[in-house]
Amino acid sequence: MSDRQQTYAKTLEMIAPFNKKGVAITEATRFAQDLEWDSLTVLDFVANVEDEFDVLISMNLQAEIETVGQLVDALERLKA
Amino acid sequence: MSDLFSKFDELIETREQLLSTGLTDPFNLVMEKVESPTVAICNGKRTILLGTYNYMGMTFDPDVIAAGKQALDDFGSGTTGSRVLNGTYSGHRACEEALKDFYAMDHAMVFSTGYQANLGIISTIAGKDDYIVLDIDSHASIYDGCALGNAQIVPFRHNDIEALEKRLKRIPEGAGKLVILEGVYSMLGDIAPLREMVAVSKANGAMVLVDEAHSMGFIGEHGRGVAEAQGIIDDVDFIIGTFSKSVGTVGGFCVSNHPKFEILRLVCRPYVFTASLPPSVVATAATSIRKLANSADKRAHLWENSKRLHAGLRQLGFTLGTDEPQSAIIAVIMPDLETGAAMWEALLNEGLYVNLARPPATPANMTLLRCSLCALHTEDQVGEILGMFAAAGRATGCID
Repeated sequence: MSDRQQTYAKTLEMIAPFNKKGVAITEATRFAQDLEWDSLTVLDFVANVEDEFDVLISMNLQAEIETVGQLVDALERLKA
Repeated sequence: MSDLFSKFDELIETREQLLSTGLTDPFNLVMEKVESPTVAICNGKRTILLGTYNYMGMTFDPDVIAAGKQALDDFGSGTTGSRVLNGTYSGHRACEEALKDFYAMDHAMVFSTGYQANLGIISTIAGKDDYIVLDIDSHASIYDGCALGNAQIVPFRHNDIEALEKRLKRIPEGAGKLVILEGVYSMLGDIAPLREMVAVSKANGAMVLVDEAHSMGFIGEHGRGVAEAQGIIDDVDFIIGTFSKSVGTVGGFCVSNHPKFEILRLVCRPYVFTASLPPSVVATAATSIRKLANSADKRAHLWENSKRLHAGLRQLGFTLGTDEPQSAIIAVIMPDLETGAAMWEALLNEGLYVNLARPPATPANMTLLRCSLCALHTEDQVGEILGMFAAAGRATGCID
């Protein structure tokens, strides 16, 4: 598995407990519209992801991340 | 043409549904007459006030009122200008002197509201490549201060020391860091572990701003707030506060020992581009602040009130926001908005006003009946309040 694939797999694993509606996740899945996460869920999820990958995802950056794929790309950049 | 108001449709509908049940609108109460810091006439009925921020009961203090009247006579009703143009009168300076003495700090800057103090200080001192690390439950004025500026914003889990430390350690080498905390968090009335958090912030090279809006006048030996009570006020770089709570009027401020602090008067837009406070307001504020410094007896009585109400509500079977009383705010957690609104109305009918707090202002989507005590609530009034909670709680099915 490439590094990006590993990050994607880990991200899917971390989304699962918050995926209350059981939505099928792809790279194009949108956090707000498809997963219907409210701001509190987003904050919880982001805190978990930050700790898992040992990175900071500022609110400024969060505002630019709409889909699962974009989050994985951002994590790849941040880890570099 | 698309209607710009369609984004509010969901809120309008929720509100209409709630009010269609015949409930009194919790966000539209009018006080017809205010008799004292603890009693007002609402809907023609004598009502005990348990939902104001008048913690120290200064609004009817005779010295405070006399100072305001004198300033109206001597300086007129308003300044009609910015602090940096024609809006600084001797009263504004006197008010800043009172703050410097109260906090034993070198600098004080008075803003027109507490909201603007946070807006101004935060947006001005944290620039484009700087990082702001803040508690997730921070007040709206703190978030708005972040939004007005250009810094990178990083929230951490409420009161979680380890979460704060981890985030500070992840900030790139050389970036400026500002940690923002509150002494008392106003929704649940809980306090921050400032001693540990300030130590962690300093160890990681961050400056620290603490908003002490809900603790000034009450918490700490001299009423300087939670930072004083926990013995680390000297390590705090900026304290933000307000005149609209314990001080009993309106206005905001920042105090600091930073040697370059005064430059903010020229570069802080929410300070420069707004009119200064009216002379009567700064006169009442200065008088009140000087009296608050010597109000140890009132602080002790307010603690007694807080402990008694907390224990009494718990005994009645209500769920509270904190296990122990930590401030003058006691939050009663309601199961949902409908029950909260019904309970709020039942209390009002009993003759008690509390705050109904609802999402998004509250953490974890809670509906709260927020009680804030005053140093001038008598022992008898606290007893009366508990009786009203018992009656309203049973009538609405909140308690057995």
